[in-house]
Amino acid sequence: MQPAIAVHNVTKTYSPGAAAVHALNGVNLAVQSGEVVFLMGPSGSGKTTLLSVMGCILQPTAGSVRIRGREVAGLPERELPAIRLAHIGFVFQGFNLFPTLSAGENVELALDLKGIRGRDARRRAMELLEQVGIREKFGVFPADLSGGQKQRVAIARALAGAPDILLADEPTAALDSHVGRRILELVRSLAHSQGVAVVIVTHDSRMLQFADRLVHIEDGRIVEPSVVATPALAATPHELAPLAVSGA
Amino acid sequence: MPPLARRNLFHDRVRLTVTLTGIVFAIVLIVVQIGLFLGFTSATSNVINHSNADLWIGAKGLAYLEQAAPFSERKLQQVRATPGVAAAEKYILIWGNWKRPDGRKESVVIVGVNPDLPMGGPWNLSAGSVLDLKSADAIIVDELYCQKLGVTHLGQVIEINGHRARIVGFTRGIRSFTTSPYVFASFKNAQTFANLPEDRAFYILVKATPGADMERLRSELAARLRDVDIYTTAEFSRMTQFYWMFTTGAGIAVLLAALLGLIVGIVIVAQTIYATTMDHLREFGTLKAMGASNGYIYRVIVQQAAISAVLGYALGMVASVFVVRGSQEGGAAILFPWELAVSMFFLTLLMCVGAAFVSINKVTRIDPAMVFKG
Repeated sequence: MQPAIAVHNVTKTYSPGAAAVHALNGVNLAVQSGEVVFLMGPSGSGKTTLLSVMGCILQPTAGSVRIRGREVAGLPERELPAIRLAHIGFVFQGFNLFPTLSAGENVELALDLKGIRGRDARRRAMELLEQVGIREKFGVFPADLSGGQKQRVAIARALAGAPDILLADEPTAALDSHVGRRILELVRSLAHSQGVAVVIVTHDSRMLQFADRLVHIEDGRIVEPSVVATPALAATPHELAPLAVSGA
Repeated sequence: MPPLARRNLFHDRVRLTVTLTGIVFAIVLIVVQIGLFLGFTSATSNVINHSNADLWIGAKGLAYLEQAAPFSERKLQQVRATPGVAAAEKYILIWGNWKRPDGRKESVVIVGVNPDLPMGGPWNLSAGSVLDLKSADAIIVDELYCQKLGVTHLGQVIEINGHRARIVGFTRGIRSFTTSPYVFASFKNAQTFANLPEDRAFYILVKATPGADMERLRSELAARLRDVDIYTTAEFSRMTQFYWMFTTGAGIAVLLAALLGLIVGIVIVAQTIYATTMDHLREFGTLKAMGASNGYIYRVIVQQAAISAVLGYALGMVASVFVVRGSQEGGAAILFPWELAVSMFFLTLLMCVGAAFVSINKVTRIDPAMVFKG
């Protein structure tokens, strides 16, 4: 099966010449639809750079990046926003919600980028917030949401465009472990139910049970690709109960 | 589109207040300066524009109204004999010295006309009538200058160039561009006040017969008269306006002040919109990461600028109306025609959207990778 996203022999070098920084050195990674991959490694290992390259935010210095089989490395800068809009959703460590928009309006903004407006956008935003378990927070502003609730809004926003790929940079770093676990449970269940390929950058080794596969990266190279066998892997998507809203 | 622009704008009330204050300041300054320019321009030529004449004949070398030199009034008969001339009358316009009741002297402009003809005389009378000018020593002044001239009542007797003069009427709104008010008198009384020989005139005003070809009439008159310049009322009005507003530099000064107001407005709006953009830079970076095109982001910023423009315009118009109304009793009229009000809307919009381009340039250069920085 064609992977949702595949990077082949990707290199990223900053400041070429004597002071060159090789952030990525010949990285190969493919992620299937519905698969949850954790990217782990020490600070400065190239995790965020790899995420940026996969997310078409940075162009690689060399190598191939294919999204649903289409080569996107080397595309002109002006074409990348459309690729991101069509295929990729992002979840950030700091949530990156728009503080002057309510939870529902944050999701509607993502839908607006896809050309979905008015009542359709409102209805769809409600559905997405329902999926992440906080429909009743539709009109609440981020300042009045807990960390876990903000991240749920961010996940709903990231999924608003029905992306093929969800890229999350330390999504639980700003949350306590209990809330973090619930967020990763949510991401995993959505990935499996909607067939979204998920790549999560994380330092947190306590959350490993939520990954289908662990990828270690050091000095810009993938060191140890592995598959994690966890009880969660045995469960089918419909067995995962809807998550209650309780401060998370 | 969710109301991101409006919410960002109203999110920081202090900054919004600063932005609107800058816009209002710019609008009021521009309206006042352009209004002054229009008022001054109107004042320089209002006696020409209200003359009800079609042609003005003066001594050769005429450049503006107050520059006239006296010439023989025998030319009047030649003018009257020209086919196409329905009426022609002598006209005086000359500086004079007005002696106030307290003995102080003020400079005035004596205008001598034929009270029986509706050409060149005073208009917009608030007291008395033009025909009252036929009586001995009679003059009409504008009530705006009563305090300056020491005038307290109708019928008051004063001195002009040592000659007795009696106030028989007032006008309302006849402003002089210079500090010297117009004093209307009959032609004969004006000659006396100005110590002019009896056969001298400064202008001949011509009324053409209905349907007359003005250029043809002018050529005909030019062929019959020597050492004169002949202008239509519109031409002479423009010449006089141009002289006072641009040759003297007065007009340029007010227009430069208007330009300064525009620049100040742009700078203030640019600075506040830029500061707002910088405050929300992470959000714009997030929008880019989400796949928003540059055009989408520009629309958000331009919307912010446009909302600021509309609000600022509304407040600016209210402030301008107050300022203009307050100026009506002053020496300088600030005109505020509806065309200026409408133009100011588009200028304000242009000012604010133009100012936003500094911010647009900034967000264009956002590195979307910044969203990954904690």
